[in-house]
Amino acid sequence: MIGWFPENISTYGGSIDSLFSLIFYITGGAFILTQGTLLLFLIRYRRRDGRKAAHIHGDRPREAAWTMVPLLIVLVLDFWIDYRGAETWAMVKGQIPRSEIQVRVTAKQFNWEILYPGPDGRLGTADDLQMENELHVPVNKVVRVSLRSKDVIHSFFLPNLRLKQDCLPGREIQAWFEATKPGRYELPCAELCGFGHSGMRGWLIVHPDSEYTRWLSEHWPS
Amino acid sequence: MSDASAVATLSQATHIEHGQASLLRTCVFSTDHKMIGKQFLFLGIVMLILGGLMALMIRWQLAWPETQVPGTRWIPEPFMTDGRMDPAFYNALFTMHATIMVFFAVMPILIGAFGNFLIPLMIGTRDMAFPVLNMLSFWTAVPAAVVMLASFFVPGGAAAAGWTAYPPLSAVPSYSGVDWGQNLWIISLAILGVSSMMGSINYITTIINMRAPGMTLFHLPLVIWFLFVTAILLLLALPVLTSAAVMLLFDRTLGTSFYLPEGGGEPLLWQHLFWFFGHPEVYIVALPALGIAAEILPVFARKPIFGYRFIVYALITASALSFIVWGHHMYVSGMDPRILGKVFMVLTIAISAPFSLIALNLLATLWRGSIKLSAPMLYAIGTLSLFISGGLGGIFLGSPAVDIPLHDTYFVVGHFHLIFAGVTLFAIFAGVSYWFPKMFGRSMNETINKVHAVLTFVTLQAVFFPMHLLGVGGMMRRIYNPLQYDFLQHLQPINVFITWSAIVLGFAQILFVINFFWSLCAGKETERNPWKANTLEWTAPSPPPHGNFDAIPVVCRGPYEYSSPEATQDYLPQDLRFVQTASQA
Repeated sequence: MIGWFPENISTYGGSIDSLFSLIFYITGGAFILTQGTLLLFLIRYRRRDGRKAAHIHGDRPREAAWTMVPLLIVLVLDFWIDYRGAETWAMVKGQIPRSEIQVRVTAKQFNWEILYPGPDGRLGTADDLQMENELHVPVNKVVRVSLRSKDVIHSFFLPNLRLKQDCLPGREIQAWFEATKPGRYELPCAELCGFGHSGMRGWLIVHPDSEYTRWLSEHWPS
Repeated sequence: MSDASAVATLSQATHIEHGQASLLRTCVFSTDHKMIGKQFLFLGIVMLILGGLMALMIRWQLAWPETQVPGTRWIPEPFMTDGRMDPAFYNALFTMHATIMVFFAVMPILIGAFGNFLIPLMIGTRDMAFPVLNMLSFWTAVPAAVVMLASFFVPGGAAAAGWTAYPPLSAVPSYSGVDWGQNLWIISLAILGVSSMMGSINYITTIINMRAPGMTLFHLPLVIWFLFVTAILLLLALPVLTSAAVMLLFDRTLGTSFYLPEGGGEPLLWQHLFWFFGHPEVYIVALPALGIAAEILPVFARKPIFGYRFIVYALITASALSFIVWGHHMYVSGMDPRILGKVFMVLTIAISAPFSLIALNLLATLWRGSIKLSAPMLYAIGTLSLFISGGLGGIFLGSPAVDIPLHDTYFVVGHFHLIFAGVTLFAIFAGVSYWFPKMFGRSMNETINKVHAVLTFVTLQAVFFPMHLLGVGGMMRRIYNPLQYDFLQHLQPINVFITWSAIVLGFAQILFVINFFWSLCAGKETERNPWKANTLEWTAPSPPPHGNFDAIPVVCRGPYEYSSPEATQDYLPQDLRFVQTASQA
């Protein structure tokens, strides 16, 4: 199942994928065991002449052990999933690491407006530059994205980076990523935002270092 | 007790008067719980068919985007142009499909129909505690359904902001292009909220006060326990949705801004309120379904239910937990992720414990049984199997980090349809085929139902399992055309496969519908207890007359005494006083 994910190109995507795999193996095992048992019982205990069903209520401790022991196993697996999950969650959505690049993404029906801070590295100054639906970043650098919305709720979704974060009107929400492979990656909106929701998409362009410098100098010729 | 008997006498009096009343009073404005149950069943079936047809239109669009949808030429512009679907109409379709299925198909059947029909019969009383309130409950649900369907015909069309109706999209007409459609959606749900309220108060009062002598809480059939807890959930959860929806209506029409940031409101407030209702809502539909499975499995395994009390305790635990896990719908919503993400994760994953316990006990009920695969049993086994599959998918989404890529994708759609469409539909089929003889005095055709059960089980898996793959592949839910995205192109064959499976699934339902209506008129007439079951409804005539029982039964034992070594027959009805023992024989 893990093979169905789009190629991972972020630093934290691997942790999410391996957590997915862990849950996949646990639930897959539970699936095979329970459905297999169900099938086995249906065959093994089908009605046959001369055989009576057992008269068991399953409330005595020795009988209840048949359900209590699996329940304990479920609880242990739950805590394992919780423990691993808390780690990964904290990595992606917890403290944002020190970023070298900052952009502001403002979602609106049905486009992404991307605001670059320019050479001074600060938003809200004269050298800011806005582009539609194109997010240019360098490879292997922590990028901090401030998410806003002008109208309804949108969701900033980068499938290849395992990043998704809703953009709320009236709030600014911080997200971050570090891309590890240059290329063009799709940036769809994942939250229903109106009749133009389908097809609302932009592109994340991850540049190798030299190309990124060239892109910078093209847009901010000094 | 004196109160309860007073109520019983009163409802008895209503019935005697009833017996001589006109057709209008017996079939339309009836206060008889059985007739009201049947009315909910028919309302539900009609809405189920409508909702199903909408689902097929949605599937057609996803497999072959922007091509002509067969049989839809009659739908006018701007919804469909020459049989091709408009994106705004697509949004209205999936919004209305979900709303209709959840509120007007599954809930009326599982809670309205089975709750009304079964509660008085299975606890051994003559009617509900408040028969008139019961009638009002149905006749409030009907206008709600009419208003919901009428919203298709107002300018701008029906609500198109999803059944979750997140503001600001749902709060400002210009954002969605829908004006009165969304207002009617809110009004309809508010009316339905009143209907549910009347129903749940009635269920709770009846179960607490009107049980037959000897019917202790731990002698209640499990389906009654499940319906009881469901009614409590409804009572606590639905008013939250109703009030949230009314606030939304005020934002739309009176210029308030509960959810609009420009007026100082907060869009996330809606999500908190909606999911505070929404998660219990999942259990409101899943629990009666599980209760029906728990009721049917012992009868056809001829074996007592395994761990009755554990099931009841697990049921109560899961229901209590359902009120404190709503945040798992909001991991990427912008809610403070640091602490809340982890708290909701631990609580959500913990729900697997009580539900595992219920599933394990149902499985253990089959162990060393003597299993007969009659049609109701096939459906009940399907319910259990789908419940396990659907539940396991929830573990992925409950873990916030894994939810990041999967949130709002087809993984979610596949997961909740296994529960909402799979478990509930199979339980409906199980319940209808099992209690059909009691409801109508005739039996359904077993062979057709068995074919239908197998066909539905296979095609349902073929529809909803591959959706998990689409979701992992990143396909967002609620998109009109997956081919607009480069990264989804390679997934399109799966979409086509799902749609073909859905078409077969849809056609397979014709078998059940035909069987249902044919058996209604021409099915074989049945005796009181065709399945040789223990619970009290089977001691009443088929179909039971007004007042249900010849005499109010006295309960002597629990509901699942099958294959007792002390008795010669393999079942012991709950009201059977003298047991013929092997030594006497």
